[in-house]
Formats: sequence, structure tokens, C-alpha cells
Amino acid sequence: MKMNYSEERIRKFNGIDESKLHEFVVEFRKYKTELNRKFLEREGWEPIDVSKVRSFIPGTITKIYVEEMQHVEEGAPLMILEAMKMKNTVFAERAGTILKINAKEGERVPKSMVIFEFDLD
Amino acid sequence: MASSKKVRELQKRREEIQLGGGEKAIQKQVAMGKMTARERIIELLDNGSFNEYDLFVEHDARDFGMEQKKLHGDGVVTGTGTVGGKPVCIFAQDFTVAGGSLGSMHARKITKIMDHSLKMRMPLIGINDSGGARIQEGVNSLAGYGEIFFRNTLASGVIPQISVILGPCAGGAVYSPALTDFVFVVDNISKMFITGPEVIKTVLGEDISMEELGGARVHSEMTGNAHFFAESEAECFEQIKMLLSYIPWSNSAERVQKEVVEPRKEFNINRIVPADKRMPYDVRDVIRSVSDDSAFLEVQENWAANIVIGFGRINGKTVGYVANQPKVLAGVLDVDSSDKSARFIRYCDAFNIPIVTLVDLPGYLPGVDQEHAGVIRHGAKVLYAYSEATVPKITVILRKAYGGGYIAMNSRHLRADFVFAWPDAEVAVMGPEGAANIIFRKEIATAEDPDKVRKEKVDEYIEKFANPYVAAAKGFIDSVIEPKETRNVLKHALEVSGNKEIGMPKKKHGIPPF
Repeated sequence: MKMNYSEERIRKFNGIDESKLHEFVVEFRKYKTELNRKFLEREGWEPIDVSKVRSFIPGTITKIYVEEMQHVEEGAPLMILEAMKMKNTVFAERAGTILKINAKEGERVPKSMVIFEFDLD
Repeated sequence: MASSKKVRELQKRREEIQLGGGEKAIQKQVAMGKMTARERIIELLDNGSFNEYDLFVEHDARDFGMEQKKLHGDGVVTGTGTVGGKPVCIFAQDFTVAGGSLGSMHARKITKIMDHSLKMRMPLIGINDSGGARIQEGVNSLAGYGEIFFRNTLASGVIPQISVILGPCAGGAVYSPALTDFVFVVDNISKMFITGPEVIKTVLGEDISMEELGGARVHSEMTGNAHFFAESEAECFEQIKMLLSYIPWSNSAERVQKEVVEPRKEFNINRIVPADKRMPYDVRDVIRSVSDDSAFLEVQENWAANIVIGFGRINGKTVGYVANQPKVLAGVLDVDSSDKSARFIRYCDAFNIPIVTLVDLPGYLPGVDQEHAGVIRHGAKVLYAYSEATVPKITVILRKAYGGGYIAMNSRHLRADFVFAWPDAEVAVMGPEGAANIIFRKEIATAEDPDKVRKEKVDEYIEKFANPYVAAAKGFIDSVIEPKETRNVLKHALEVSGNKEIGMPKKKHGIPPF
């Protein structure tokens, strides 16, 4: 009798494939184990660098209010980032001098791109 | 007796409607590697058991030229039949008819068969293959979805609800499958998402294919939306039949008693688990070594594989297994594995399936991503689900049971009925290395040879606490058993739990950490 796929599958002996094992530390002990796709693709955490202003959403920069080497106060408008048909004005969260602007008016930018680099006061 | 003329007219009407969207549309469907709605139903149900209803239903749309259009069966086939000789209700959306789009009569056919399955206490199988709402019918189509979701929720925990995604299932339509118990997907055929690639591209500028966004693999590995993954529709139907052989027909139906077949010889329980606690093994091999005929039907095999859930039989009756998997991420608990096991525990509890828990975990997965993804909230689901479950609950601690993980994995403290442990088990507040580093911090730091002292202290801790007897002395473990005794001990524990009855405080419902 031909065993169908599921019948065969639910009785399979699995065992361990040594070649797939990695070291993995939990509470100071090193375990040998396989890693899965989601774990390998997880995003590492970095502290937020407040001297860099990033695009919070992908969109088009329709207006830039400031220039390089200009000093701006906290709360000053920096640009309009248009996304999902909304004109979002982005403001300076800290006072400081703008060292570099990495985009031009009319440019389409991805998410999390550094647009303004500050030398904070 | 009906006149032969009238009978011929009936036959003619049937034939015409049963052709769905017509030859051309059927050819297109076949070219996509898909079966037609009726073929699917016939393949899934017992031979000749299908009885179709509402074949002659017509849509009632009157705008955008719809009044001129005839949509056969309004794009969905509904009826009853049997699987393995037992009755089921079934519907299958017909993509050849207006893309299987859901209008008000289409929805009404579905809700009618849903009402029937709930009333008659039999499983509901829904085959989804639809382009979504029928835009020409406007809010009537939305009303249809709402009526379906409501019934999914009413029937939840009363009758098994199975969703089979055999085509697109997008937008609001995804929420009916998401509300049901088991979702089946097929590689390259199933597509599920809330907003499709086109909208994502226009709005966010992100370019992604349908397959990468919401294909069968994504939902089996990444999101956990799907419970069973198949390479083909035929294999998918085999899986559905297999699942139906394990689960009770309703929350008031008894588990079926099957013939008891002893586990197969190749599953030698003494050889599977390494004594070295750092070394992995596949816990499914342990499950198969204690299950009838070594058969174990795994649920959500590819998602959060660091915990294993699924069905097997002990002494001829279905049990639900929940087991840490040392083979993947050392078997840690994390956001996804908590989510996965908690829902399964609630499924077993709702349908009176005893739960067997196999414990071997180092603790929780450390990481900023885990903390920020809410491992507290998700981890709490496991505690909630086990504490709330009133079915027989049996635990076997195979090796490691440390800290919060020990408590969460159906410990005595969450009202496990029986807790067993193997002689190699370590039940402790944390692993020896971690504990020694904290308790003996000063001694280690001030020692001439810190590594040597650390090792001594770890060994001291292992000697004192890394065994099952400290917990057994408190009665937290009922019995320390040899691995080879496990199957008989489980058999006996299930036997004596057959008439379990416990009360819960009167309440409308609890507030689980959803």
C-alpha cells in the first residue's frame, strides 16, 4: 500500500543534524541548537542618536526650510515630508547647527534615512 | 411524480450553474494550478457524500450594470457531506464566478451553512478563493463579512472551524480565517494580506511581491497565521482529513476511541535525550516514543519551532502535546512560542482534549527585541491558558525546568493534575551557571583563580539543586520516573483523570492578556 505523504510524515524519526547547530547562550550557559529565520532576521537595537534627523516614513521631501551651517532653535521647522497624501512638517527636536543635509527638495526618500546631521548645542 | 419535462429543465438548470464561470474561466483557474470549487469539495469529502444547497441563489445587486449579470451560485458553493463517515458543513468560494467576490447573497449562503453547522454541532470547513468584497454591492458586501465574523466568534470553541486558503484572501476577508481554529495554506497558491503590494508600493514606495508579502511560506514561518503548510492542494486535503481524525466533533462530543497500537521500535526513549544539558535533541522523537503507533500530527511546525504543539493518541484517545524543543533556540520561551502554545492550550481545553506537557527549557529568550515586542504580555498568556484549563493536565519534566519557565510549563502551582520528572531533571530557580554567579559573586570575584572557584561553585550548586528531588520533597513533583516508564505512567494518569471535575469561580469571562 502506498503511504500518503501525511501518514509517512507524522511518524518520521527526526534526530539531530549536527551541521546545523550553533552556540547559543542563555543565562551564562552555552547551548548547542539550531537558529530559526525570525531569530536570524531580528533587528539589532541601537541607541537613538538625537543629532541625526531621519525620515520617519518613506515619502517625498517637498520643502526644506534650512541650509547647511545654519543654527536653528528647538522647534524650528526643518522640512515638509509628504507621505500618504499628508504634508508632514518635521521640526527640530533640539537646538544646534546643521552640519549636513543629505537630500534635496523634490527628492523621494526611504524610511529611516538620515536627512539632517546636527552639531547639538 | 414530476413530469419528465420538468425533470429535464431541472437537470439543464443544474448543469448550467454547476459550470460556474464557464469553460474559459475554468481553464484560467486550472492554468493557475488550482482546482475548481466543486472539485475541491469532492476531493475533500467522502465519495458521493456531498449535498449542495442554494444552487439557485441569485445576487440582488441593482447598480453599475449588475442587474444584467447572472452570477452562478453567486460565486460560492455550499453544502453538507461526510469526512471519515462523519458529517461536516462546507463552503467553497468559486473564483471562476466574478473572481469569487463576496456580495450580500454570497455571504448569506455562507452564513446559512455556518448557522447549520453550529446548530447541528458539526465542523465547518471554509475554502477561501476570492478577490475580496464585491465593490458594486458597496456596504452590503461589508455587512456580509461582518455577519460571517460574528458567526465565527459565536461558533468558536463549540464546533471546530477550519479555513483553507486556496487562492487570494485579502483585505477584510482575512479575518474570517483568523477567527477560526486551523488555517491551511498551499505553496504558491495561498495569499493573505490586509493591504496588497500595489497599495504598499504607492503609499510607502516599498516593492514586494504577493508571495513575499503574504504567501504560504510567510504565514507558516513568520506570522503564525497558518497552522498547516502543504506543497499541493491534494496534500492539503490529506492534512485536513488527518486533523479531523484527531479532533472531537464538537465541545460536547467524546473523543473517539481508536485501536491501541504500541509505539514503533525505532523510537527508543532511552537513547533520545542526551545527559549533557547543553546538547539538543528533537522533542518530537520523545513525543513519538510515547504515542500510539508513534504518530504525532504537528500544528504550526515551521513557526516558533522552539515550542512544539500538536495531536497524538495515548491508549487510543487523542491528547494535545505542548513541548519545549531543545533543537531550536535551545527551547526558550519567547513572544511567538508563548502565543503559539497558549492558543493551543485553550483549543484543547475548549474541546476537552487532555494536555500532556514535556518540559526542557533554559528560560526565556534574552534580547531588546523580545522585551520591546512584549514578551511580558505574551508570556503571561501561557500562565493564563494553563491556569484556566480544566481538562486533565499532565507534565513530564525531561531535563531542565528553570525559573519562570518551570512555573509556566504546567507546573503543580498552575494546578497540573500530575507532574512527573525523569532522574536527569533539574528543577531550580535558575540554571547552575547563572545561580552560582549571583550567590557566590564575592567569592568568585575575590578568588585568586576566579574560573576555578566559579567551576567549583557551579558544581556545588548542581550537586545541591540540579535534581528533581528538592521539588519532589515538597510534593511539587509527584513521582520521579525512568524514561522507559513514561508511556505507561501517562496511560495510567490519563485513565485515572477520566472523570476530572473542578469548579471555577463564577464569571462572565476572564481577561486574558490578548
